[in-house]
Amino acid sequence: MKARAGWLTAAAALNLLFLYGPILVLIVFSFNASRYSASWHGFTWQWYRTLLDDRTLLESVWNSVIVAVSSTAIAVLLGVPAAIGLERLAPARQRLAEAGLVLPLVIPEIMLGVSLMLLFVTMHWPLSLLTVTVGHAAFNLPVVILIVRARLRRLDPRLVEAARDLGATAAQAFRRITLPLLLPAIAGGALMAFTISLDDFLVTFFTGGPGSTTLPLKVYSMVKAGVSPAINAISTIIVLISMACVAAALWLQRGRDK
Amino acid sequence: MALFFALPLLLVLAISLATRRTYGGVDWIFTLVNYRDALDPLYLRILMKSVLLAGVTTAICLVIGFPLAYWIARQPISRQAIWMLLVMIPFWTNFLVRTYAWMFMLRTEGLLNTWLLGLGIISHPLELLYTDVAVLIGLVYGYLPFMVLPLYAVLARLDRSLIEAARDLYAGPGAVLRRVILPLARPGIVAGCVLVFVPSLGAYLTPDLLGGARSMMIGTLIQHEFLVIRDWPLGAALSFGLMLLVVLCVTAYVRWAGNLTGERIAEAGR
Repeated sequence: MKARAGWLTAAAALNLLFLYGPILVLIVFSFNASRYSASWHGFTWQWYRTLLDDRTLLESVWNSVIVAVSSTAIAVLLGVPAAIGLERLAPARQRLAEAGLVLPLVIPEIMLGVSLMLLFVTMHWPLSLLTVTVGHAAFNLPVVILIVRARLRRLDPRLVEAARDLGATAAQAFRRITLPLLLPAIAGGALMAFTISLDDFLVTFFTGGPGSTTLPLKVYSMVKAGVSPAINAISTIIVLISMACVAAALWLQRGRDK
Repeated sequence: MALFFALPLLLVLAISLATRRTYGGVDWIFTLVNYRDALDPLYLRILMKSVLLAGVTTAICLVIGFPLAYWIARQPISRQAIWMLLVMIPFWTNFLVRTYAWMFMLRTEGLLNTWLLGLGIISHPLELLYTDVAVLIGLVYGYLPFMVLPLYAVLARLDRSLIEAARDLYAGPGAVLRRVILPLARPGIVAGCVLVFVPSLGAYLTPDLLGGARSMMIGTLIQHEFLVIRDWPLGAALSFGLMLLVVLCVTAYVRWAGNLTGERIAEAGR
């Protein structure tokens, strides 16, 4: 019995080592003074400094921010009303809509990229930052809808009824009761959408054109050119941003549970 | 709403039935020739290899993910969420970055070879990068959290008294695992396998970066047809082949994952 528990703990520890080892190695070697070697040659910030000199890299960061912010905004503006509207459908139709919502999340991402590219080309939209943004909105929308909907279902309907009993109009009840209660879910969904958009490579790869290089695309072209400590440096920054997003999401969730 | 997503997919179907133009684009003349071309032995081999790699990835994830999920489910309840967070953080980290991390580890002058040479275990650097093994490692690394999450969702709710009852009735550890834990964990196993198998099957970045030209998978093949060869109808036909396999997997999920909904899986990750 004891031996088995020890075996399990060892297996769990190995798993976590497997999950974190490569990321930690990547971060450590972003500070390595040697360009080619995989052994330690002393600490340096120089790879981070070279990043600041790379104009195309800075442009790609800017593009990523534009796409992430605008696609998240579209997803929230369309997704919140859609989630509320879905709640009013007949149960059978709700299930159908839900299947439609989960579809873009379960099909391999390359399918989404291919189909969106073909759609834009067929509609004669030149591939640009705009098509990338619409593409990102396509996978961000279901994320927002599903998260807001999950929260909506847990809301106590008596709260709105009480507001109506006390003379609030439907619009007032929505603005003063439903919306504040939904806010943590909306913020959480938006944050999740923002993170996914920031990280996306494949949909951008297919729906982007000249001048719409986002950070992941830029990193991809750097990786294709070969391993270099500068990639370790930019990767470290990306990892830190992801961690910040996770921390923010947790903080929002804490607010929700109170 | 559903139309918004169905429309592009229908477009893929339509283009797979149209005639190719030399530099991308299509003429709307109906033909089945793209599906015949997609069944070319060369492509079928890539498809079979993708299924095989995705299958082995799923099996490895199950074997190494199960003990982890079981271990977390046995920790004090207050700490389970923290352990699950530790499993999910890599999933929230950029996939490209995580794949690059393995390029860094596996390349000929990489860390693994440097260490193995330094320890005197090998005398020549091993060729690790740009092999099927590298693709396998990358896929397992990328999708392991997808396996642990649903497994944990079912194992955390496992009634411990059932295990105790089995022990009281003289079941050995193997019998408890086989006849009590595994059957009860089945929805989680099915969900985890589908969640790992589907993205592995359609993976692009992993075979592209870790496999190189020799280890093409269906995802890299589709990208190649669309963006390099510019044969859109053939690319669309191949995409539909992939879609068909995915639909099969999702059907399996619906039939065998029981009441383990996506919502409950997501709940486990919070």
